[in-house]
Amino acid sequence: MEQLFFIIFAGIALIGAVNLLLRRNPLYAALSLLTTMAALTGLYIMLKAYFIAVIQVMIYAGAIVVLFLFVIMLFNIRVVERQTDRRGYLKWLALPFAIILIGQFVYIARLFEGNPTPVGTEVGLTEMVGRKLFTAYLLPFEVTSILILAAIIGAVVLAQKE
Amino acid sequence: MDIALEAAIKTAIILFIVLTFLAYLVLFERKILGWIQLRVGPNRVGPWGLLQPLADLLKFIAKEDVTPNTPNKVLFALAPALALVPPLMALAVIPFGSTVELLGRKIALQITDINVGLLYVFALGSLEVYGIILAGWSSNSKYSLLGGLRSAAQMISYELALTLSVAGVLIQAGTLSLSEIVRVQSGYYFGVIPRWHVFWYQPLGFIIFFIAAVAETNRVPFDLPEAESELVAGYHTEYSSIKFAMFFVGEYAAMFVVSALATTLFLGGWTGPGAERVPLLGVLYFSLKTGFFLFVYIWLRGTLPRFRYDQLMQFGWKFLVPMAFVNIFISSALALWR
Repeated sequence: MEQLFFIIFAGIALIGAVNLLLRRNPLYAALSLLTTMAALTGLYIMLKAYFIAVIQVMIYAGAIVVLFLFVIMLFNIRVVERQTDRRGYLKWLALPFAIILIGQFVYIARLFEGNPTPVGTEVGLTEMVGRKLFTAYLLPFEVTSILILAAIIGAVVLAQKE
Repeated sequence: MDIALEAAIKTAIILFIVLTFLAYLVLFERKILGWIQLRVGPNRVGPWGLLQPLADLLKFIAKEDVTPNTPNKVLFALAPALALVPPLMALAVIPFGSTVELLGRKIALQITDINVGLLYVFALGSLEVYGIILAGWSSNSKYSLLGGLRSAAQMISYELALTLSVAGVLIQAGTLSLSEIVRVQSGYYFGVIPRWHVFWYQPLGFIIFFIAAVAETNRVPFDLPEAESELVAGYHTEYSSIKFAMFFVGEYAAMFVVSALATTLFLGGWTGPGAERVPLLGVLYFSLKTGFFLFVYIWLRGTLPRFRYDQLMQFGWKFLVPMAFVNIFISSALALWR
């Protein structure tokens, strides 16, 4: 049962990801990204990481892809399509990077002998995430918030330039 | 398998009851609007107009389904479904009552009690933008596109205030599970005043929540997406027949979910005198409280004119969001003090 669900969700995620790369129309590409995100949410729920699953929907599906759609709709799509970057040398860079990536993937896959051990059902709960965030990882958490604040102020300054 | 079967049966029953109720909500809305405007309201179909929803449904099904000349026929057909499904999915975590004993089993009057229930509802709420934005875009019409973008901008803006206004309740209740939040609110202070969050420390949060909720569901006075005088009908201008009906039901389902959520978070959900012993009494209390919010929705529609777009944005960003922050501040201070 569990394996069946995993295959379904993983399959949808992969199809969405491949479709994202193949689509010329940016709107359909954004919607493929959304499909992949939705399938990943299913995988998170199977791992009992409910908090991450819900946050995944809120942030990626609810905010980031909506932002993409806004940008795509407000610009003239045809103009964007024609200006697609087709510089030749990028094609040759792709091959070594792909080899490195596949190498990393194989290396990581070989670390797991048999099935990876589950970390316990408690980890994904909101309470645990909050507790860790405000004790063990307090400094990185606060530093991130300052970073985000700086980004917000930067966005406001850029928008007000006109 | 047993749990799955139980959940499936509960889902079917709740969907049936809620969808029937939504059909009659439209009738009640027309009746109440009629009374506010010194009219009779619909009274031709059946006694007291009670068969009107059925007639409306038949009409929606029988009408011609027009698809405009658009390059995105798939998205055009998908958009109404995307608008209807999220609010119906949100029904899964709403606690309609406590537990009943049936055939020797304890059955909770809630489809599922997940420990991130509240976040789940908000996550679905954030998905609701897609139906509207894709409908506006795929219709290939300027009224639809402008209506859709306007609506999406409004929903994103007020979603922020809506989510922040609930933070106070979370700080006080200390849980994201909706049934736990209801349980925290049971009992009385001084023997008379119920321990509802609207009375105890969250009145500001409640007001912000309700205003933002009206805006989030695109209802009067925040119904700019369908400002007839400017945009014909906004994002659903090009829709007809059953596809239009799906947008229509989606809007009313969202109203119902938001009202049920307001009841659960601020008015103590199904709690009330005797609700612990007689579970059906709890369902009655829940229905009455939710019905009150739905009545206020209709009341507002009969009373208030529409905001201008800049007023809407100013109000949302410069008043509601700061007030929500003030509420979080007060709630945190109270939590430390107690």
